[in-house]
Amino acid sequence: MTRLALRELCGYRAGDKGDIANVAIFADDDATYELIGREVTAERVRAHFGSMVKGDVQRYEAPNVLALNFVMHRALGGGGPRSLRADALGKTLGGALVRLEIDVPDELVRRRPRPDVAWATGMLDRLR
Amino acid sequence: MTVRVGGGQGFYGDTPAAVGGLLDAGVDYLCLEALAELTLAILQKDRQRDETRGYTRDLPLYLDAALPALADGRTKVITNAGGINPTAATHAAIEVARANGVPGLKVATVLGDDLMTRLDEIRSRGATLEHLDSGAGFDEFPGDTLFAAAYLGARPIVEALALGADIVITGRVADAALFLAPLVYEHGWAWDDWDRLAAGTLVGHLLECSGQVAGGNFSGEWWTIPEPWNLPYPIAEVDPDGTAVITKPPGSGGRVDVDTVRHQLLYEVHNPAAYMAPDVVADFTSATLTDLGDDRVRVTDVSGQPATTTYKALLAHRAGWAGEARVAFSWPDALAKAQATAAIFAKRVELAGHVVDEWCVEYWGVDALGGPTVPTTDHEPPEVVARIAWRCADQTTAGLVARELVPLSLSAPPAGFTGMGRGGGRPTELLGIWPTLVDKAFVDSHVTVTVEIV
Repeated sequence: MTRLALRELCGYRAGDKGDIANVAIFADDDATYELIGREVTAERVRAHFGSMVKGDVQRYEAPNVLALNFVMHRALGGGGPRSLRADALGKTLGGALVRLEIDVPDELVRRRPRPDVAWATGMLDRLR
Repeated sequence: MTVRVGGGQGFYGDTPAAVGGLLDAGVDYLCLEALAELTLAILQKDRQRDETRGYTRDLPLYLDAALPALADGRTKVITNAGGINPTAATHAAIEVARANGVPGLKVATVLGDDLMTRLDEIRSRGATLEHLDSGAGFDEFPGDTLFAAAYLGARPIVEALALGADIVITGRVADAALFLAPLVYEHGWAWDDWDRLAAGTLVGHLLECSGQVAGGNFSGEWWTIPEPWNLPYPIAEVDPDGTAVITKPPGSGGRVDVDTVRHQLLYEVHNPAAYMAPDVVADFTSATLTDLGDDRVRVTDVSGQPATTTYKALLAHRAGWAGEARVAFSWPDALAKAQATAAIFAKRVELAGHVVDEWCVEYWGVDALGGPTVPTTDHEPPEVVARIAWRCADQTTAGLVARELVPLSLSAPPAGFTGMGRGGGRPTELLGIWPTLVDKAFVDSHVTVTVEIV
């Protein structure tokens, strides 16, 4: 077993409806999907976000796309047009969720590739 | 026959630059989704200042781009850019067509989503308008209603297309319904053919956020997306049985594969097995996604259940005024300086007697975005920006609070400087959103479709 952040195992996307944020995480294979299905419960996600999420967290499963969808109530400071938060629409909550660490069997341990943005730094160099 | 629909806009403020690529690729329908929850509030403020406003002002830019294809009958345009004033948007569209010398176009206007003047009437007929999330009764609605709009479905758009409309302009129609409508019209789908309606709704859901299905906002290997500065907008090729291929204009940047498509499948979705659309309850977990290669993903097997008897509606109310300030601090002890300055600021505001109803203090570079999910660490950040926001009952107080920060530039912990980002100088009004459900019968009886000829 190895302790790994979900970022190594899953993609993610977050969105908003009123004061409700949803974050979906996506596994790349069936075994990893089963693993996150066991490990990443609504209760753990609720605890992970702590005071950021003031209401309930529900979990939905979408096995056709190997995804779990977490619906977090009262999670955006009152909702987009009402919220004082800089991220009033919760766009970054996907990244916050995949910081969660779980125990991963050795055969499923991996490390997602890190960004290579040489093309970007090269473009920026030309702006100098 | 395959119908090709393109998603040419994902929000008010999106760029029309990618529309040309969709039209060159040959879309039968160009669907422009302009309304987020926040947008109606912006448009309401616009209309308060000028009765001829209240629609998304970039509509003429999109129509300019689409007019050549509209003129020779290659494509039709469907948009909810009408916002809270579709009639004014239609006038603007007609002006654009005239200015471009394109006579004879038929422009349809869909009205009836606006419940603003009908709230007392529908409540007297039994509408309870409880808050959809909290369950609070409408008697707890705080203050005056700023706007009230139901999310209409595809039916009035189908009616407009049947009347020969080249351009259909609506107010608050559900995003995905803009795309479902041409599929229902062209394929002759019945209003109780739930699987087909679900398939069309899913297509609309995938396309309504423009570039987000084609490599935008993608959490996979985003740095490998081709030409991200020129992200294409998506196209769906939809067969009569509901089978769809999601793709993008040939030769464009971006990427469409199962991974980019599945990310968008769950965007702003609650229960994916019961996606509540006006015309159907779609089961997104029934869909099979197949990578066909060459930026083509096939979507099959989508199933649906009968639509509910209600529309979602959104009401808004005033929720006070917000001010905001940003102060940057350098190493050493940047976080401690930021915390102390925020506390000193709040104390000064209290001593000055200004009432703040809510504070929000964020430490940029530390945990502003991640909050409690960020592990505590001894690592000392090289710099921190304190972003301090506050909510007051009125605009004047919110402005007075900001002034208490100014003296701190010479009287606070060392080496902070204010005004980061040039933002937050003047207070802005906050709006509360009240989502609710309303019986379709109350709404449908007032939905109208009219067609004007340029």
